[in-house]
Amino acid sequence: MNELLLLVESKEGLPDKTTLELIRGGSDLAKELGIDTSAVVVGHETPSLAESVASYGLKKIYRLEHPMLSGFQPDAWVGALEWLCRQIGPRIFLASHSFVGKEVAPRLACRLKTELTTDCIGLKIDPQDGLLIRTKPIYGGNAIAALKCAGLPQMVTVRKNIFEPMEPVDTRSELVDLVPDLDESIIKVRSLKIVPEEVVELDKAHVVISGGRGVVEKEDFDMLKALAAALNKSSGNVTMVGCSRPVVDKCWLSSDHQVGLTGSIIAPDIYVAVGISGAIQHLVGMIRSKKIIAINTDPGCNMFKVADYGVVEDYKVLIPALVKKLEE
Amino acid sequence: MKEIRIIVCAKQIPDPEAPFSNVTVNVEKKEVIVDAPDVISPYDENALEAAIRIKEEVGGKITVLSLGRKVSDTVLRKTLAAGADALILIEDPAFERLDSNSVAYVLSRAIQKIGEYDLILTGRQAGDWDSGQVGLILAEMLGIPTISLARSIKVDDGRVLVEKTIPVGYEVVEAGLPALVTVSNEVGELRYVSRTRMMGLLKRPIPIPKWGSKDLVTDLEILKKVQLIELSPPPDMRRECAFIEGASPEDKADKLAAVFKEIG
Ligand SMILES: Cc1cc2nc3c(=O)[nH]c(=O)nc-3n(C[C@H](O)[C@H](O)[C@H](O)COP(=O)(O)OP(=O)(O)OC[C@H]3O[C@@H](n4cnc5c(N)ncnc54)[C@H](O)[C@@H]3O)c2cc1C
Repeated sequence: MNELLLLVESKEGLPDKTTLELIRGGSDLAKELGIDTSAVVVGHETPSLAESVASYGLKKIYRLEHPMLSGFQPDAWVGALEWLCRQIGPRIFLASHSFVGKEVAPRLACRLKTELTTDCIGLKIDPQDGLLIRTKPIYGGNAIAALKCAGLPQMVTVRKNIFEPMEPVDTRSELVDLVPDLDESIIKVRSLKIVPEEVVELDKAHVVISGGRGVVEKEDFDMLKALAAALNKSSGNVTMVGCSRPVVDKCWLSSDHQVGLTGSIIAPDIYVAVGISGAIQHLVGMIRSKKIIAINTDPGCNMFKVADYGVVEDYKVLIPALVKKLEE
Repeated sequence: MKEIRIIVCAKQIPDPEAPFSNVTVNVEKKEVIVDAPDVISPYDENALEAAIRIKEEVGGKITVLSLGRKVSDTVLRKTLAAGADALILIEDPAFERLDSNSVAYVLSRAIQKIGEYDLILTGRQAGDWDSGQVGLILAEMLGIPTISLARSIKVDDGRVLVEKTIPVGYEVVEAGLPALVTVSNEVGELRYVSRTRMMGLLKRPIPIPKWGSKDLVTDLEILKKVQLIELSPPPDMRRECAFIEGASPEDKADKLAAVFKEIG
């Protein structure tokens, strides 16, 4: 009961940025409670990942090694994490509100008979009872709730960009190698194949031009792409095309283009919203952009309330004219 | 192939598309007040659409199960108009403000009462509390395979084949039935239900069972409420918008290009 355990996720063999954020947030909480912070690395033949996590000031790193844990198979990961939690009984368990965390944490919480709060944007300890106070946006971000739950471990998933990423420190963590007790019968869902698709990483863009339901034809996204190319050329900024949810619903763009609550949460230098009304679930994804430009035919739309610059105009005429101007 | 029995869990919520000026937070009562009519939570509509497509392909029966406060069968009858075969409403003051575990528990009891099923579909997350947990927990409680973030679903030969959205593209996975699948928006919007069809259905007396705690949960002690200690309005997001005016679209484009040069 004397440790805070956090789940490590990796990118190209290194802990990803969200994990470094969890380490910072987790370490601060643990310090407040006077308990240790540890991390769990799940995988198969991933010694270097645990090694690189070892330089971030954690007390222990549990390395769960098993052939069934290569790649991300939720059934196996949940099984392994359940096994570990039963061994060590953590007081707090943190995961990122990421693809992996969203899938693993609810199932794990259910098996451990505890309660989970997802998508937290703030965590603190109640000095009275030592429970975790979990802050999370609800109604898409229209309200902020602070919650408390009994049960152990105290479990949450944390939204990205909430804590500053941890920097490496001088001390090294103790590595604990464990082979979880797993057998094939726990795999109920079989992976047949992974089909990679070209994906955009919107958080790497300086400028994002997003189209919404107001963009009425699939081909019109070519206009947005032409604008992105023109801006790329004229300013040298990395410019990418994003969208709101209805565009993904129509299968015009893949879901990695979606900005918002269930898409990417980004903060580019410039965000251009074309034919997007400004529903709260979209705003939470882009509101931290440095400058927001809205193009919309409806002068009363919400997007204009949060924008720095607004153009009341039909994109069909404005964008080609803008591209022409930028190319001059 | 035998017809398959699908249960779609669909929840009624205040319209999440309501502009933020229609949403107020009552800090004292710890309540969110949305000045907008109720709708079916959007991802649950995606789940229903997926169910209807499966039914069209292999035949079957769709039961929509809805747990909520002051459940309105007018809103939920839309599911029947769209193509569901039966609707069951679960409503009881004892079920108000339940946490995700308890919601999943009550649903699991209702599903056991329904009896036989092959496939359960839920939305990937609800549009009010945005938790994204109930489907996954429900599957754990029922001890059945669970697949999340489906962008397409096929049923064939006693198994379910799902294209699941993953960060690098998609993954094709399969599980034996019964199974639970959480559905994402890439599946596509719920088909259009014409007003006449909707009105016709409202007039026809279709029996809609309403279950309460006495039908489902013998021991209310095990249900836990959300322990909400504080509710606050979100930080103000408003900015001062400089509107770019112009005599023609070209004129506005010129000025907008200048803005890009200035801030880019
Ligand atoms: C749980 C949940 C999660 C969600 N997650 C997300 C998310 O991650 N991302 C997201 O985007 N949404 C999300 N949504 C959906 C969200 O509520 C809105 O439905 C969506 O953002 C609306 O998209 P839109 O602004 O493109 O469309 P609309 O609201 O339909 O707006 C279209 C706009 O286009 C304008 N327009 C029309 N024609 C033209 C023209 N010719 N030129 C210029 N403008 C024009 C209109 O005036 C209007 O303002 C979520 C919803 C729920 C319930």
